[in-house]
Amino acid sequence: MDWSWFPVYFPQLISGLWITLVILVLSMFFGFILAVPIGLAQAAGPWWLAWPARAFCTFIRGTPLLVQIWFLYYGLGVLFPMIPGLRQSFMWPILREGFYYAVLALSLSYAGYEGEVMRGAFLAVPKGELEAARAFGMPRFTLLRRIWFPRAVRTVLPTLAGETVTQLKATPLVSTITVMDLMGVRGKINQDTLRVYEPLLLVAFIYMCMTFVIVWIFNRIERMVPQKR
Amino acid sequence: MPLAATVTIFTILSFGDQGYGDEIARSALMTVQISVLAYLVGFLIGLGGAVGKLTGSRVTRGILDIYTTVFRAIPELVLIILLYYSGNAALIAILGMIGVTGVQINGLLAAIVVLGIVQGAYQTEVIRAAIQAIPLGQIEAAKAYGMSPVLRFRRITLPAMLPFAIPGLANLFLNATKDSALISIVGFTELSQATKQAGVFVKYIQGNPLYLLVFYGIAALVYLAISMTSNQFFAYLERRMRRGQARPA
Repeated sequence: MDWSWFPVYFPQLISGLWITLVILVLSMFFGFILAVPIGLAQAAGPWWLAWPARAFCTFIRGTPLLVQIWFLYYGLGVLFPMIPGLRQSFMWPILREGFYYAVLALSLSYAGYEGEVMRGAFLAVPKGELEAARAFGMPRFTLLRRIWFPRAVRTVLPTLAGETVTQLKATPLVSTITVMDLMGVRGKINQDTLRVYEPLLLVAFIYMCMTFVIVWIFNRIERMVPQKR
Repeated sequence: MPLAATVTIFTILSFGDQGYGDEIARSALMTVQISVLAYLVGFLIGLGGAVGKLTGSRVTRGILDIYTTVFRAIPELVLIILLYYSGNAALIAILGMIGVTGVQINGLLAAIVVLGIVQGAYQTEVIRAAIQAIPLGQIEAAKAYGMSPVLRFRRITLPAMLPFAIPGLANLFLNATKDSALISIVGFTELSQATKQAGVFVKYIQGNPLYLLVFYGIAALVYLAISMTSNQFFAYLERRMRRGQARPA
């Protein structure tokens, strides 16, 4: 075991860790925002909304994330330079950067899995509460905002810890599209120093610690939320 | 592989020299093969692990707890790379000690074992929970009949546990299929890698980057077909396994 590279690459490892966290938080944020309409469309939408939402979830859950990421980055990404004028436009720095494809791919993936969870959560809200709201003459959107959505979110909260860990474990895939997350920095150390095991063991250890920290944080939060059974 | 001047989706998917149908089919078969075998390795580990967790000594339980906790906390990609390299190196070192050198480890076997070990950690937890869900009376009845532990496990625990385990196990098979794509990172050619190479090649020959998208799309659709088939199969299996269960009142 040779750890002499560690002090040299410490700043890069920290920045890699930061990028991993940023991708995790952004993809979960955007993914959840997408998951709510996807779940709602499946639970209560007309067939022309429910059907595409279901197809999206099936596709995301039935294909490897790696293929989804490559599809977006290598498949779609190489098409953009063919559009005339795009290289000069303000969009180019974004369309060139693997980071944005990573966030997009992971957001869509999270939306696919979480959309299915939200579908179940919307359906699990007791009918009587929705009927009561309707009896009060609440407009449909108010009902969604005040009753249906908050009640649905309540039921998914306990699953959130597991979902976050799953999402964290999906993030190292972005290192295959040039993103310098924790795993990407590992690849660079590997290339520069030809050490295989030490950097791998280190990032494995860091990911493991992050998982434990996530589980611990969610446990704390869960205990803070009063539960009425 | 020579390609016709004008390429349509039909030429791409045709079999033989002109198209990639046979390459895609073969690599899809490779993906299914890896997934199924890795899944079975995982199932054996899972059965052993679950029994060990429920009936083993404190040391056994401690070791198994560390195994399932650590392996489920580290990203599959990191684990696969780590196990693939270290497993190969360890095996070569061991063989070197007994005087066998110049061995080439079979990539397919390594992929199956690595994925199987990862699967085992998840399957252990699913099977352990399923065994615990068996009504205690059934186990006690088996004991009252004087069945030996092995017989009891084979005749009662195993069939009674399966209906509880199958939904979780079905999900894990999907994971095995999807994780098999990660094997491509260590340079093993399966479905995702084969279609990627084909896409890069056709794109280069034809000078049209659109082909990359086409090939990735084909790869995704083949994975989707595998997933949906396996879902149907597990749904059938669950119905079959639940025949012996009492219907909920």
